[in-house]
Amino acid sequence: MSGEEFVPLSLTPLLIGTFAAIACALPGNFLVLRKQALIGDAISHVVLPGIVVAFILTGAISTWPMMLGAAGAAVVAVVMIEAIRRLGQIEPGAAMGVVFTTMFAAGVLLLEQTDTSTVHLDVEHALYGNLESLIWLDAVGWSSLLDLTALAGLPPELPRIAATLLGVTLFIWLFWRPLKISTFDEGFARTIGIRTGSLGFALVIVAAIAAVAAFDAVGSIIVIAMFICPPAAARMMTNRLETQIGWSVVFAVVSAVLGYVLAGYGPLWLGGADAVSAAGMIATVSGLILACAALWGPCKTRAGTPKVS
Amino acid sequence: MTLELAANHGVSVQENGLGSSPLAIRGLTVSYGQKPAVFSVDITVQPGAMTAIIGPNGAGKSTLLKAALGIVPALSGQVTVYGDALEKQRARIAYVPQRASVDWDFPTRVIDVVLMGLSRELGLLGRIRGRHRARAMDCLNRVGMRDFVDRQIGQLSGGQQQRVFLARALAQGADLYLLDEPFAGVDAATEKAIIAVLKALKEAGKTVVVVHHDLATVTDYFDHVFLINTSKVAEGPVEQAFTAETLQAAYGGRLATAQIDQISRALG
Repeated sequence: MSGEEFVPLSLTPLLIGTFAAIACALPGNFLVLRKQALIGDAISHVVLPGIVVAFILTGAISTWPMMLGAAGAAVVAVVMIEAIRRLGQIEPGAAMGVVFTTMFAAGVLLLEQTDTSTVHLDVEHALYGNLESLIWLDAVGWSSLLDLTALAGLPPELPRIAATLLGVTLFIWLFWRPLKISTFDEGFARTIGIRTGSLGFALVIVAAIAAVAAFDAVGSIIVIAMFICPPAAARMMTNRLETQIGWSVVFAVVSAVLGYVLAGYGPLWLGGADAVSAAGMIATVSGLILACAALWGPCKTRAGTPKVS
Repeated sequence: MTLELAANHGVSVQENGLGSSPLAIRGLTVSYGQKPAVFSVDITVQPGAMTAIIGPNGAGKSTLLKAALGIVPALSGQVTVYGDALEKQRARIAYVPQRASVDWDFPTRVIDVVLMGLSRELGLLGRIRGRHRARAMDCLNRVGMRDFVDRQIGQLSGGQQQRVFLARALAQGADLYLLDEPFAGVDAATEKAIIAVLKALKEAGKTVVVVHHDLATVTDYFDHVFLINTSKVAEGPVEQAFTAETLQAAYGGRLATAQIDQISRALG
């Protein structure tokens, strides 16, 4: 494919898909190890009422109010989960289950009760996003990357997800040591002065920000898949956390690029006429990578925790 | 000399009536639900001693340690470490949690776990240098685990895992060592290795507190005991506080089973 065709039509969706995948996979490593992997799933459910409320308040599909609404809903959910867990003294999974089904139901109720059915706020959009439409019409070829007027026409999702990825990376780089120690041994972490409660909360907030930014660009399917599949596959490639993070990034990139290409050209190769959803194909590829890692990964067998009387 | 030492550590003796004991607790109450797990417990750990915390299952032994260290919240009570607030003296404490409390499938190696003991020193972004590695290796050597340095922790036996945890505590270079059931489910060689390390710490003037469940070894291993059954039952030197009466008071009807265990163990 020539630059004249590739840059305007494929470069930006590819980059957005890749950045979104990495931004979710990075915190996903810790969520999977903390057995909180479904929090990505939970977040993508609880943001719905926030998005609908933002729409009701502003009356338009505009990005910033909706992202703020989604972020607000995610924070409300995290606080509610913590409150129910502590006040009810029940396990976190149960508290999460109660909160995210309730909030998703509230979102659907709001969506049905208000006149949002006429606009582009529907289940399909929420699931698959609109990755293919995030094209860069001002570009004429590779030279446009140096052309300021053309760069001004970049889809706003690109700088947004890039900034999110940068923030996620900074957070993990800065708090690498406390994150690792408190994920492995929370009790010990507290005795050396790590504020494990605040740190765990911050991790969930960072994951929520990544989820909301990715959700905005590529839909919730990618969010759910990328929080779990690349980290879980990476875990089966190595027994070192540092290496695991590296593998998870590789798998996220491979999923995004391969998924995007397969969605665009796979059906044609098979004799079909139309392309399929890129987000759906990216999630599918990440699932296939996980399946391969589970079958052939060098560290797929678990030593098992020791039995203690 | 003693005063000088105390001054060097910035310890103000008798500042709050709890003295400069390595660990002094007053009126500690912890509750997980309706019933308190630990009720109004006082303890004054003797410096340079090896103290066993003993009591029946569910008596609050582990909870007492965890609450003292701020791992679980206490309903009430005052904790001082070397006569000071816990937060100010964290660098002088090393804690070894129960082995079963962590997931040993965590993707990390033996050396990485021991290096966690240096994290206060390293700070957030401090580089791990050769001298840090050398210290970690030395600690592994002291627990006889030098050959396992690059092993994934899940591939170790229970006893080996316990020794790695002890090596991590040694790396912290603390003055007060708190261990939660370090002998639970470990092999005889590990038990011997651990007790040798703990006795060496005591020789070096460190203070050791161990949550312990095996009544048969108390007199061999420890010089002080603290008996608990939700509330404090007895506290003091082994020969005074570890008697038939105090055990009866702590274990009640359950002592019979404990005694039978002891006898059957003695008979092999």
